Amino acid sequence: MPSGRVSLFVTCIVDQVFPSVGIAMADVLERLGYQIDFPEAQTCCGQPAFNSGYREDARKVARHFLKVFRDCEYIVVPSGSCTAMISHHYEDIFQDDAAMLRTSHEMAPRVYEFSRFLLEVAKVDDVGARYDATATYHDSCHALRELHIKDGPRRLLANVRGLTLREMDAAQECCGFGGTFSVKFPEISGAMARTKIDSILRTQADTVVSIDSSCLMQLEGAIRRAGLPIRTVHLAEVLASR
Amino acid sequence: MNDSRAAVLDRVRAALGRKPGQQPPPLPPALFSERNLTTPERVELFVQQFEKLNGKPVRVRSRSDAAAAVRDLMNGQIAVASNAPSLSECGITDLAGVQHGFTSRDDLRAACTTAAFGITSATYALADTGSFVMLAGREEARLISLLPPVHIGVIPASGILASLDELFMRVPKPADRTSSMVLITGPSRTADIEQILVRGVHGPGEIYAVIVEEGEQ
Amino acid sequence: MNTAPIKIKQTIADTDLQKAIYTATGRLMAHRATSTDHLPEYQELRTAAHELKRHTIDNLDYYIEQFEQNVSAHGGKVVFCNDAAEVADFVLGLAKERQAHLIVKSKSMTTEEIDLNERLEHHELESVETDLGEYILQLAHQRPYHIVAPALHMTRYEVADLFTEKLGVENEVVIEKQTKIARGVLREKFLAADIGITGANFLIADSGAVVVVENEGNARLTTSAPKIHIAIAGIEKLIPRATDLVVFLKLLGRSATGQALTVYTSFLSGPRRGEEVDGPDEFYIVLLDGGRTKLLVDAEKRESLFCIRCGACLNHCPVYRKIGGHNYPWIYSGPIGKIITPQFHGVMEDPWLPFASSLCGACAEVCPVKIDIPKQLLQLRAEVSEGKKSGGTGSSERRGFHLYAWLMRHPGLFRLFGRLGAKMAPRPDGGGWIHRLPGFMNVGPLRSWMQERDLPPPAPKSFHDLWKERRK
Repeated sequence: MPSGRVSLFVTCIVDQVFPSVGIAMADVLERLGYQIDFPEAQTCCGQPAFNSGYREDARKVARHFLKVFRDCEYIVVPSGSCTAMISHHYEDIFQDDAAMLRTSHEMAPRVYEFSRFLLEVAKVDDVGARYDATATYHDSCHALRELHIKDGPRRLLANVRGLTLREMDAAQECCGFGGTFSVKFPEISGAMARTKIDSILRTQADTVVSIDSSCLMQLEGAIRRAGLPIRTVHLAEVLASR
Repeated sequence: MNDSRAAVLDRVRAALGRKPGQQPPPLPPALFSERNLTTPERVELFVQQFEKLNGKPVRVRSRSDAAAAVRDLMNGQIAVASNAPSLSECGITDLAGVQHGFTSRDDLRAACTTAAFGITSATYALADTGSFVMLAGREEARLISLLPPVHIGVIPASGILASLDELFMRVPKPADRTSSMVLITGPSRTADIEQILVRGVHGPGEIYAVIVEEGEQ
Repeated sequence: MNTAPIKIKQTIADTDLQKAIYTATGRLMAHRATSTDHLPEYQELRTAAHELKRHTIDNLDYYIEQFEQNVSAHGGKVVFCNDAAEVADFVLGLAKERQAHLIVKSKSMTTEEIDLNERLEHHELESVETDLGEYILQLAHQRPYHIVAPALHMTRYEVADLFTEKLGVENEVVIEKQTKIARGVLREKFLAADIGITGANFLIADSGAVVVVENEGNARLTTSAPKIHIAIAGIEKLIPRATDLVVFLKLLGRSATGQALTVYTSFLSGPRRGEEVDGPDEFYIVLLDGGRTKLLVDAEKRESLFCIRCGACLNHCPVYRKIGGHNYPWIYSGPIGKIITPQFHGVMEDPWLPFASSLCGACAEVCPVKIDIPKQLLQLRAEVSEGKKSGGTGSSERRGFHLYAWLMRHPGLFRLFGRLGAKMAPRPDGGGWIHRLPGFMNVGPLRSWMQERDLPPPAPKSFHDLWKERRK
């Protein structure tokens, strides 16, 4: 029976736009017996600045993150891209700062994307969830290619009662968000979203699941614009559902 | 041009921080992967792969059968054969319509442009890719397997190697033996227009392998 | 140019073209996947290829000299060229000396890079492309659309009209017959040509050899029929040993088209020798710098020179699959083009280019030599923001990110800002998303977002707020 303390890094987008994802994640973890710690001074991991080429600004935000979470043993994150930013890219932005580099290296193994935490630390693949839907899973790029998260979420979803999981042919294609890419190249971003939606439609699923809220925002935005009756939901919300 | 040579090499060295004559660190050995196959296994694998490429294998038990097979394929048309001794030993160069013995580049080219078949041996064949390995030399010219619309390669079963790895294990320096080593893997093809596959673009559109399994049971 | 080409919108709106690009690249992706799935040592080979390239590039001068010695030993000649003009000068000079009038060419991105055909045209030297796709493009005066499938964007009807117009033949829409027409025309050229020009997939240092891979047979004819063969290659094409081909050949065909080996793999090490009946009398290898030494200076950028031009990154790139090969500023398109274009030309020439990517990483996943393209893109983005700073542009974005960084270090203010945004934002009925923004808000990034998608409203209560309530 897992127990102990975990800290939540909900990410800026979940905090401000999709807070129910954070609540869902907390619900699942508490039900598993974890004590939740939410460091209130948390804000962002720095990815928006880093991806746009503003490394000095990214460093400032990253230092704040490292300070806020310095003493946390497990940091659970409902996002592949934010997790990858911390565990893979902090070493890029601190490559000229030996002390901060050391701090980021010490931090990296303690940061877990949510599904990975459940499977590898809590060691559970069935959280007793129920969610009635025909769903398809979207592999978010950072999770898939940087964190090698692919089978984990599918395993967790397979154990959700009432959920039928269908694989889309374009599961591993990018949704088109890419941070500022979505607004710097809106035509390309929109076209990429529509290609994903076509693939979703071919599965005849009524729900799309992902572990990244930014992907869900992109997909749902395009789905609603097209007036389609497809729901998007974060894995945490599925797993919290009873 | 000598100035350009010096300029390019100087820039390369300056960029890399290297001195003239500086030795590089040692290289790891070549990454060969070995496959242990018996001759019958090699023949089977070659035939399988060759057919997948739309190549047409013809298996014969003796050299005279090889000549008969080639005669049947030729069906009364004209061919150019290379100077490989194995072809004359099989009696192929004696067949009606087979031109051979070319030593002049111009004569050879003229013959190849009108022949319906190009008949060659092959130094080796590769089982796992269904390839012929042609080394240019006194015995084999380049254009015979290239200009005529049909290529017939006559190979002994014992010449079939397992793979590309085995080829380079045996011939680590092809340049020591020939100015041209060509691996031929199937008929010429393209999909440049609408991704539709067409065979016989510039090279032969049809390719036969006459495999002589003499004494192999 | 400063902003992305307008043509991107047109390309995306052209549904037929979108279908052509998506299916062609999808097919190449599927073929690659099947062939690499059947190669258990595939990942090991990628690592070996990366390491071999790193070793060679890090010691490039040594291998250049070794290559040169071996070429000379076999009766050939290496010609060093600083840039495109020197390559053209060499070819023209040789053609004049030999009284050559007709050149046949096989497909070579390097020769496209240096506009070789255009340079030769002005001197009454006919240079004919012999790869079917390239031949079609030459007649149409167009650039290649893709490294491996150059005429991907053209239909059979366009080809039929082109042949009728340029060759005077009857309009023929059957693809097999179109191919036969080209075969006939080009065969005459092969047999009449004075000089054959190819590129090189690999240069083999220990053998003084050029390796050319192809499916049609035009490269073989180019190197076997004319009396002179000139191979033009960038200095980065070197690999140390012939035996290293067991690594590279297993990766190249599979990554490009899903073939274990392409139809013809030619290993050429000089003019014909001894008792060889045919083959060229003269063999030249042009080693081109053309800016490659600029990339050598930076130990990280050097990795871009590992590229073996397989095209896999193009096929897997969701951006390439939407915008196609003609919306990139240079001859090299797709992810590899995105990094080498700024690295050769300077990032401020096309400052938008490194940002035209969602950083999905599909390219790096399939690159046979493991070039970390996303990492290079991120590095280039940092250079662009530095470049804009010193150039005095892009300040509103920079201010925006300074503000962002400041807010993110002041959590109380970040939350206040968030609360304000939540109050100000339109609140659609029934908890829906924002379908249209009021005019004064519909500007900049918000406008770009709204162009393609609905926008979620900020949550009325943030996670912070909800957590406080939960704790009570």
